[in-house]
Amino acid sequence: MEATFATIIAAATPLMFASIGETISEKSGVINLSLEGSLMLSALAGFVIAFETNNTWLGFGAAALVGAAFALIVAFSSITLRLNQVAVGFVLAILGIALSSFLGSSYTGKPGGEIAVPPIDIPVLSDIPFVGGVLFSHNIVVYMSLIVVLVVWAFMYRTRPGLSLQGVGERPDAAHSRGVSVNKHRYAYTVIGGALVGIGGAAFSLDAKLGWSFLHTRNFGWIALAIVIFGGWHPLRVAVGVLLFGLLQWLALDLQEVFPDLTQVLPIMPFVLMILALVLVNADWLREWADKHPRWGNIVRGDAPSAIGTPFSPE
Amino acid sequence: MSLELIDIHKHFGPVRANDGINLDVPKGSLHGLLGENGAGKSTLMKVLSGFYTADSGEIVLDGKKIHLGSPNDAIDAGIGMLHQDPLVFLPFSVIDNFLLGSPGSLPLDRKGTRAAITGLRDRFGFTFSLDAPARTLTVGERQQVEITRLLWLGAKVLILDEPTTGISADQRELLFTTLRELASDGMIVIFVSHKLEEVEAICGAVTVMRRGKVVGAADMPVPPEDLVTMMFGEAVEVVERPHVPLGDPVFSMHSVDIDERLMELSDLNLDMRQGEVVGVAGMEGSGQQTFLRGICGLVQPSSGTVMLDGQDVTRKSYRNHLDAGMHYLPAGRLEEGLVEGLTMTEHFVLSDRSTKGFFIDWDDADTTTRREIDRFSIKGTSESTAESLSGGNQQRLLLAMLPDELELLLMEHPTRGLDIESADWVWKQLLARREGGTAIIFASSDLDELLRYSDRILVFFSGEVLAELDARNTNVDEIGHLIGGRTANSGPGGSP
Amino acid sequence: MTVRSGEDASGVRKAAIGILPFLIAILFAAVLILLVGENPIEAFRLILKGSLGSTNKISDTIMVWVPLTLAAAGLVVTFSAGLWNIGVEGQIVLGAIGASFIAREVSGPWYIVVPLTLIFGVIFGAIWALLAGVLKTKGKVNEIFGGLGLDFVATGLTLYLIIGPWARPGIASTSGTEPFPDEALLPNIGNTRFSPLAVIIAILAILGVWLLLRGTRFGLKLQAVGRNPKSAYLMGIPTNRYILGAFAICGGLAGLAGAIQATGFHLKLVPSVSGGYGFLGILVVLLAGSRAIWVAPISAFFAIVAVGSISLTLRLGIDSAIGGVLTGVLVLFALIAAGLRDYRQRKRAEARPPEPEQDTAPNDAGVAS
Repeated sequence: MEATFATIIAAATPLMFASIGETISEKSGVINLSLEGSLMLSALAGFVIAFETNNTWLGFGAAALVGAAFALIVAFSSITLRLNQVAVGFVLAILGIALSSFLGSSYTGKPGGEIAVPPIDIPVLSDIPFVGGVLFSHNIVVYMSLIVVLVVWAFMYRTRPGLSLQGVGERPDAAHSRGVSVNKHRYAYTVIGGALVGIGGAAFSLDAKLGWSFLHTRNFGWIALAIVIFGGWHPLRVAVGVLLFGLLQWLALDLQEVFPDLTQVLPIMPFVLMILALVLVNADWLREWADKHPRWGNIVRGDAPSAIGTPFSPE
Repeated sequence: MSLELIDIHKHFGPVRANDGINLDVPKGSLHGLLGENGAGKSTLMKVLSGFYTADSGEIVLDGKKIHLGSPNDAIDAGIGMLHQDPLVFLPFSVIDNFLLGSPGSLPLDRKGTRAAITGLRDRFGFTFSLDAPARTLTVGERQQVEITRLLWLGAKVLILDEPTTGISADQRELLFTTLRELASDGMIVIFVSHKLEEVEAICGAVTVMRRGKVVGAADMPVPPEDLVTMMFGEAVEVVERPHVPLGDPVFSMHSVDIDERLMELSDLNLDMRQGEVVGVAGMEGSGQQTFLRGICGLVQPSSGTVMLDGQDVTRKSYRNHLDAGMHYLPAGRLEEGLVEGLTMTEHFVLSDRSTKGFFIDWDDADTTTRREIDRFSIKGTSESTAESLSGGNQQRLLLAMLPDELELLLMEHPTRGLDIESADWVWKQLLARREGGTAIIFASSDLDELLRYSDRILVFFSGEVLAELDARNTNVDEIGHLIGGRTANSGPGGSP
Repeated sequence: MTVRSGEDASGVRKAAIGILPFLIAILFAAVLILLVGENPIEAFRLILKGSLGSTNKISDTIMVWVPLTLAAAGLVVTFSAGLWNIGVEGQIVLGAIGASFIAREVSGPWYIVVPLTLIFGVIFGAIWALLAGVLKTKGKVNEIFGGLGLDFVATGLTLYLIIGPWARPGIASTSGTEPFPDEALLPNIGNTRFSPLAVIIAILAILGVWLLLRGTRFGLKLQAVGRNPKSAYLMGIPTNRYILGAFAICGGLAGLAGAIQATGFHLKLVPSVSGGYGFLGILVVLLAGSRAIWVAPISAFFAIVAVGSISLTLRLGIDSAIGGVLTGVLVLFALIAAGLRDYRQRKRAEARPPEPEQDTAPNDAGVAS
């Protein structure tokens, strides 16, 4: 049981980084649809650089740069050029996949044992029965993913700049009239979000799914986008969504023993179920219920930042 | 402390919004900025509050020249602006609305701020709750939040842009009292409005703008006729309502309940005859929109009956209402009425519900379009896209798209954002339809418009019809009070 | 909203600007090829040769052009309705499944079976698209995620069929079903895959879409729904019905593409039957600016690059994904170029000096208030 939960948390790390990163970006008003491609290419970059330099952390750095670069293109296209965010993001997704295929073909199957992230048990805390094994016996990347969730949450909801971040995505003209430079904020948060996505990519190829293969991070970019919506653009709920998905993945793996015939099909199921969850979360009846019970409703309701996807111009 | 605007110029493309504006406001004064819609008042104030940057000209505050390149500069200089639609963040709590963008420590100190805000709030007699989400506040309350916030941030110049639109009479009284108090405390208050009577009531001096220029400035009192001449130039022909005999009963609703998310109306009753005009008054969100939408079927009534010309249209779809002879024109001309990117010809093809046929005869459509453009004097060609038309012409297009014969026309804010001439033209058209037998129900926040054109006026408050008035026997004051929920304690025709 | 600029770029300059993204894409691909140690000129030559170098190759290219054009034609319809039909991949797959079903279950002369496979392809694809449509209209699920989810389900369904009920007896693999009987296959010419029937279908499809959008009430109403659903509804257009209609048409065309893939290209059902033509079709339509008239030539270019790149793996050891890189960069830079152009126009319009003083008729410019 302990091992199961530990596995789920560890396996969820890359998706955690990616989803939280995208949450930041979307909260400020910019959708970065390129995740599928940027996650894949940054996973490749992370592995290749780490492999060539024999330094895991340089790999993470390279991956973060790739993620940030994708985000920068999305930000430039949507904020300055006012192009349709979905269009640019989608093209970048396809491009990223193609690039990762092309550049990664010679690295397929290369062993990664030496550059894998080393595990670190946190002294004392890891000896706590059950909780210790689940939370404190991982590696630094896993710990960072959980810390990032808390940091992002605290930043967004408990600090002044965090409030501005929310305001920029909610009603940019009001934020502007209060002296908040909307577009600068959007650029910054989109790129930061992209960097986190990149780190998520490296967390795949250097830890959770060591190495590189054709379409290594397949479908995880898309599912991160879905989880952000499922989590109502709130870092803590997004984290819950990521763990829920991890649980579904573990279940699918487990069920393979029970239904050996469905071995090929089961890996798809978590993605399907996540989309189903998305449908339920957006249902009208849920909204009405949330309106009638504000205290609980606030936990459940997941309204998009009102100005998401729309460019802002002061004049 | 004094404020001077010297030779301010601001243009948008070819349009000269501010063409050499001079403004002089001494300390502790309530200064009115008067002008019709489109005169350039809002632009000037947005320049003053840093929202826009002037092309040329100087702003001198307390003898020192200041440069306002961004809202930040204005905030630093102590200039605060209350927008017509208060810029609050709807999902956030009121206290978070205060904190956003305010200077201070990195971690949010909600508790500490609370005390300061409550003090200010109580001082002016405002009543908003600090923890409520801003979206639950009425427009008047949002205004109060914004004023308090600007004062909390230390504003020394307060600009109010059309502040009395959509607030109740009580809230307006409170606002005026507050402004007088602030002015006597030494603050500079600039009151931007197109309503003469309000400027007369509260301002000590007034500057009148027209078409981007200052056409007059004086200390109050100024004879109202002079103000009108300054605002409009030549005497504007006001359309008098001709006496039209009402026809047969054409529309009735009985015991109708309408439920929309967050708005429940119950037991609505109305009978109308051909050619009758019913005006609907009330603050934003009091139920007028739900009322109109329920009548035309955009929202299904949950009980009761709605009859149009003998037909029961109660539970029919919106499209059925269209076919039965009921049309609805929303307030957002480009947002909800027209389609950006499509030409006038395409609009006419779309709105033509009588021509059948899978394929479009473009030649035919073009001929029809040219004819309608002529009939309705729309400034544009059949190839003009909807967004390239001015507001007034968009409204003409919308009216032209209506079928010739209509039983009932529902309109939301028919003249919002239009200048006097366009507004008059719209009413000329509507009155012509009325002579043809069309009944009209229109919602408006312009009390003058309601009084001038309605036969009856329904006043909504908090989801209820508070009163049904005979337009000839009521006045602005009575309607104003009813809008705020206060039933008049004197009979019609008397003054409270 | 585009603002008309006062000056008109000369025809030559406009053409030059249009070519720029194309050149940048070629340059980008060339640099990448150099990076992996091969000669770009040689690579481009091989791409052309690999797609147009022989009758076999040309017919392969054409048979890639067909499903791509069909999918893109359908996507023009959904884009016109303002929809991002990411589910198009799944709709192609379902079309292939529908055709496979007929191919396996129905026997008879080819002129009965083949049309039946195509019809079932259309029906299955349309139903799958309608699912996404209903999720959107009734379930309020954004069609991007609904479509994505259904893509996943379609893939799962195909895998299940291939290793389950439709598995080749005795063989447990995901390489595909048994080859279809001859009468179910699209009639082709000689030893190549080239099927004139398929080409005709594709041409009719794109012409049909063009006509639908330009000359019919349905098409005009669809565009109104796409541009402003609120206004369209108030004009009396049943927006939900039109959205579902757009989905059905696109699904039908995509399903047709899938059917042709199954019975004309792979000749059996394989997991990768969609060939990525759904997503590639989205790129085609983006590059074409949602204009039906450009779909055919752009698809042709994409098909040449796609087929030609395959030979790169064999001859130069370069991964064939370079083709995808080329097309991706092309669309990206085309979008950015268009964005830059609009950006410049906007800046120019703002900087334009105000009109000289004149006694103008009352101008109710909403801006100057």
